Amino acid sequence: MQSVHIASAYDEELKFLSKRIAAMGGHAERMVEQAVAALVNLDHGLAQKVIQDDLVLDEGQREIDDKAIIIIARRQPMATDLREIVGAIRISADIERVGDLGKNVAKRVAAVDGRQPNSLFRGLEALADLALTQLKEVLDVYASRSVERIGFVRDRDDQIDAMYTSLFRELLTYMMEDPRNITPCTHLLFCAKNIERIGDHATNIAETIYYIVTGDQMPADRPKGDKTDQIVLPGLIPAK
Amino acid sequence: MARLWRNRWLLAAGIVAVLAVYFLAGASIYVLVPALALLAAAAMLPADAERQSADAAAAIEAGGLQRLSGEYLAAAVADPLIIFDHSAAMVHANAAAFAAFGGLAPGMSLALKFRAPEMQALLDGILSGKVAADAVDYTEKLPVERTYRVSASTVGHATGLYVLVFKDQSETRRIDRMRADFIANASHELRTPLASIAGFIETLRGPARNDPAARDQFLQIMQNQTGRMARLIDDLLSLSRLEMKPYLKPGTEVDLRQTIDSVIDSLGPLAAENGLVIDREFASGWLVVPGDRDELFQVFENLLENACKYGQSGGHVTVSIVAAEDAQQPGFDVTIRDYGPGIAEEHIPRITERFYRVDVENSRTQKGTGLGLSIVKHILTRHNARLSIKSEVGKGAAFTVHLPAR
Ligand SMILES: Nc1ncnc2c1ncn2[C@@H]1O[C@H](COP(=O)(O)OP(=O)(O)O)[C@@H](O)[C@H]1O
Ligand SMILES: [Mg+2]
Repeated sequence: MQSVHIASAYDEELKFLSKRIAAMGGHAERMVEQAVAALVNLDHGLAQKVIQDDLVLDEGQREIDDKAIIIIARRQPMATDLREIVGAIRISADIERVGDLGKNVAKRVAAVDGRQPNSLFRGLEALADLALTQLKEVLDVYASRSVERIGFVRDRDDQIDAMYTSLFRELLTYMMEDPRNITPCTHLLFCAKNIERIGDHATNIAETIYYIVTGDQMPADRPKGDKTDQIVLPGLIPAK
Repeated sequence: MARLWRNRWLLAAGIVAVLAVYFLAGASIYVLVPALALLAAAAMLPADAERQSADAAAAIEAGGLQRLSGEYLAAAVADPLIIFDHSAAMVHANAAAFAAFGGLAPGMSLALKFRAPEMQALLDGILSGKVAADAVDYTEKLPVERTYRVSASTVGHATGLYVLVFKDQSETRRIDRMRADFIANASHELRTPLASIAGFIETLRGPARNDPAARDQFLQIMQNQTGRMARLIDDLLSLSRLEMKPYLKPGTEVDLRQTIDSVIDSLGPLAAENGLVIDREFASGWLVVPGDRDELFQVFENLLENACKYGQSGGHVTVSIVAAEDAQQPGFDVTIRDYGPGIAEEHIPRITERFYRVDVENSRTQKGTGLGLSIVKHILTRHNARLSIKSEVGKGAAFTVHLPAR
């Protein structure tokens, strides 16, 4: 009887970690969404809100770290559980970084004046859509544990890189055209870089989830077949 | 006893028969009584089936809704509905919920699936028992924007179950947004042709008043500009219509062979004008996918039109339909390949964005609006299909549409 009680309390502790991760993830998704909306619409109020919201994620990460360490010390977990706990520490660190990157985008809203061509903002939005889709689907896999479908992560990572490179070149063109564009376009360049890195963190999270569930490393990128340039859109994974 | 009454004629006939045998054969009274009792029992027997149906009717009357399966009830609700337990683990979801939210599975934690802060607060509130029912507005931005009014409540008394019901409010929101977007896009894109027309009118009334040659030339330009404005409005309207209804009407099927044949026929004149030959490489057999025919027609029309316009120098265009190789996602790959200049690497990820053109002047002279591929992308998203673009500069471009078969 006693041991059953202990086991279920232990289960509760593990569940607490995953629930906290999900809440942090939802918060980070919202922050990035709003940071990009603030940038595209030059909404300074929304940008301020995003900057303040970042505190929640810092606190979440600290809480997960503390809880995880206590669990490890008290329960001395084995294999699967240990992976789950160490995984939670790693994922919460990635989510916290996503929040930082979102906050950084929000901070740059003040430096952009909106005289840059519309196509740049559309491009940033499209890049952010890709990165956010990546993050959403990865966190969905954390919920469902269906790692067999995780192959989409690599494809989308390639798309995000391609989109970033394209935006990078476009921004450089504007900077070269007119020196007055240099300052605002530099900020936009960092925004694009930040968004691209949000995608990278999502990929990291996918790798951690794969490790938690299977105990193995996620299979590496398959070799690129041909030298043609390719992009796959819109990159929905079919609802199962 | 009622049954005894219902079978009275049978019983009476039996009694008469037994009594007749008794008197005729002179059997003792000891045989008579058990024989009569046996008859009475036999008269009770045939009523068994009747008893069962009577019992069932009584149960429906008395038990009513209690006997109705919760599952049937959930299935009868058109809005997504999810039942969960005290640990936020999913117990049951109706078909609408599975359709709206991919990746649901019994036992999965809803707190992990619905991560938006307002949904977390809603779940926390209801599970902590602080409130018995609550509702929030919840917006999902990707893959298509959807807004729901989500209500959560406990199910019955002390069942330990809870329910989430999602009322889709996307339509109203989307109409508002669409209107704003349409006006912004239309005013921005129509400004240039309008300004040019205004300029020519001014010239025609002023300096060129008495110059018939210039007048003809200017009128021609003005006609081109109004044509462009009309195309823009058409494309913007198609896009808005698509955005209004992000879901496909289910149940209809499209014959790819027939649809693509008619696309090729309709673009025959353009191809001939540009000196192009269109080759077909269709797989044999049944080439049918679920989808909307008019919309898929529009997809292939846009892609083939682009190939004919931008790939003109290649001399020919190939349209192929093959069964997809990917075993995980059975379906068909339709590829439209041209042998023109191709698209540089840095532009490929961008060309499906609204108004994105690699070369604005070239697109204009080809009567482009910059909206063709964003319309394509929209339609394909609704079909759960993928578009992949491959190109090598100088060697042409290949646009492949992967359409899932069910
Ligand atoms: N087959 C192709 N070869 C080269 N460039 C292409 C091809 N298809 C599309 N493009 C480029 O993509 C851009 C966007 O295409 P689209 O959305 O159909 O708009 P439009 O044709 O109205 O300009 C075109 O302007 C063109 O620069
Ligand atoms: Mg076109």
